[in-house]
Amino acid sequence: MMRTMLTVFYKEVLDNFRDRRTLASALLMGPIFGPVLFAFVINLSVERSLEDQERTMDLPVIGQEYAPNLIAYLRSRNIDAVDGPRDLAAAMDAVKTGAHDIVLIIPKEFGEQLANTIPAKIELVSDQANTDADRDARRARSALMSYNQLLAGTRVVARGINPQALQPLNIDEVDVSTPSGRSALLLGMMSYFFVFAALMGGMYLAIDTTAGERERGSLEPLLSLPVTRDELILGKIAATCLFMALSLMLSLLAFYVSLRFMPLERLGMTPNFGPGVVLAALAIFLPFILVGAALMTLVASFTKSYREAQTWLSVVLIAPTMPILIVSILTLRPRLEFMFIPSLSQHLLLVDMVKNEPINALHVSISVVSTLILGILLTWVCARLYRREGLLG
Amino acid sequence: MIKVQGIRKSFGKVHAVRGVSFDAPNGKITGLLGPNGAGKSTTLRILYTVLKPDAGKASIDGADVVTDSLAARRRIGALPHGAGLYPHLTARENIAYFARLCGLDEAEIDDRVNDIVTLLEIGDFAERRTKGFSQGQRTKVSLARALVHDPQNVILDEPSNGLDVMATRSLRELILKLKDDGRCVLFSSHVMQEVAALCDDICIIANGLVAIDDSIDGIREQTGCEDIEDAFVKAIHMVTPE
Repeated sequence: MMRTMLTVFYKEVLDNFRDRRTLASALLMGPIFGPVLFAFVINLSVERSLEDQERTMDLPVIGQEYAPNLIAYLRSRNIDAVDGPRDLAAAMDAVKTGAHDIVLIIPKEFGEQLANTIPAKIELVSDQANTDADRDARRARSALMSYNQLLAGTRVVARGINPQALQPLNIDEVDVSTPSGRSALLLGMMSYFFVFAALMGGMYLAIDTTAGERERGSLEPLLSLPVTRDELILGKIAATCLFMALSLMLSLLAFYVSLRFMPLERLGMTPNFGPGVVLAALAIFLPFILVGAALMTLVASFTKSYREAQTWLSVVLIAPTMPILIVSILTLRPRLEFMFIPSLSQHLLLVDMVKNEPINALHVSISVVSTLILGILLTWVCARLYRREGLLG
Repeated sequence: MIKVQGIRKSFGKVHAVRGVSFDAPNGKITGLLGPNGAGKSTTLRILYTVLKPDAGKASIDGADVVTDSLAARRRIGALPHGAGLYPHLTARENIAYFARLCGLDEAEIDDRVNDIVTLLEIGDFAERRTKGFSQGQRTKVSLARALVHDPQNVILDEPSNGLDVMATRSLRELILKLKDDGRCVLFSSHVMQEVAALCDDICIIANGLVAIDDSIDGIREQTGCEDIEDAFVKAIHMVTPE
């Protein structure tokens, strides 16, 4: 039994290693794709957030001449007033079409109203549905609010009142999120890439050992040998598992290395992803490999050809990432019942580790055991299906 | 020694085999002859145990193909129709893989593979990966793979398909050699001349039924045709409703 399985395992591994093209896509594409995309996203957001505070922003203003002090104040906040469109209608058009993100309109009466302590009207035209313009709009709005407070302060001082009277509340926000915690949202994406890389690593073998073997015509001679079909399919699934594990390890390593080169501190994040966490993540994700290998083999064994198998397996690639996506969107916290769901439980445990939070031993054991049980169950179903006559197509 | 008694097999509404019986004794070459779709491949597939018969019995050296299929497979070397190789493995590795799966001792494998490589004249391309092999080369390697564990019974499904004159000739020599070794050789073909030139016994099947199971001379006698091709056609008409 063992010898036959090992023979099949060894042959499939050798066969796959010799197939350069599929090997490259399995062991390079999957593991590298994640970190590269990740580095790109992180660098982009770092650039943006740094840019925001230092960059001088141009603000189109209609009627600059009516509020020289306000314009001077804005300049002190790195906001340069530039000539805006002709009138309100033109301004609304410009914002709608995206020619300007935001336009400030100062009416002729501004100075007069201010002098008479009538609330002076100014207009800020922006498109609140345009999230891209939101940053600039927020910055302009906040500058205007500070100017408002500044004026209010001067007025009460002129009337001999302590300006602190205008601030009855002193709100002090205490943020309990740690730099590791802030990393979690972004780094939660990592589990998606680990799942993806693991599945990619075994995909070709799962197809090759089922649909591929049949299409090639090597299945029938193989089945006419004095071995049981259980031995054959178990050897094949084991080989698929090996390549999935290799791909997963490479993916972990790629993240471990690339995170070192990402300017995460500048985003206020220090992910807890040292060698210890990498190994723990490997251990937690390993049971998932059996589920993935058996699932892919199962799906591929129903298909008629290599091409059809590829189509179906790309659906399988997405399936395990769905629970991760849903939980990320709903920002659900780890719960006991989530630990019964493969891929989701691994994701939640990884997020906890990256956040440097204590790991619940019960959660870990439920995740490992339930994922393994599902994997064994799926393997058993595979073996049952491998015994049927229709296998030959 | 292969015994087949009244086997039947249907795929949905298609009755591929509707009651086939024959014996293929040791030291003889038995030919399964019939037009395309007669049920030859299905019969052979049942014998090398990848299909199960709906009814009837078949055994290899006494081992039942259904209840004792592992023992039956141990006694068979099979060359299925259109058998494929592993393109990333060399010819030698392809053969050695099957030898290992057949349970040969590690020490034995190298010698056995060398013997079969010499026997089938594979030496020239034994170390090359099988991707891009010609049909003749592929058939030789598939044959070597099927014979590497020295089986008593050899089942070949249309082995001469796609072979050129030289390759067909060496295949014929090999089959005769297997017979001289005292093995039971069962092979299928739809070419009457080929079967007539080789076989001791011919089982003509058509429409899932056995038309005639006899020697060449017996078939000539039964059909009253001197020409073997005429005899073949006449036999087929015996079991095919018009």
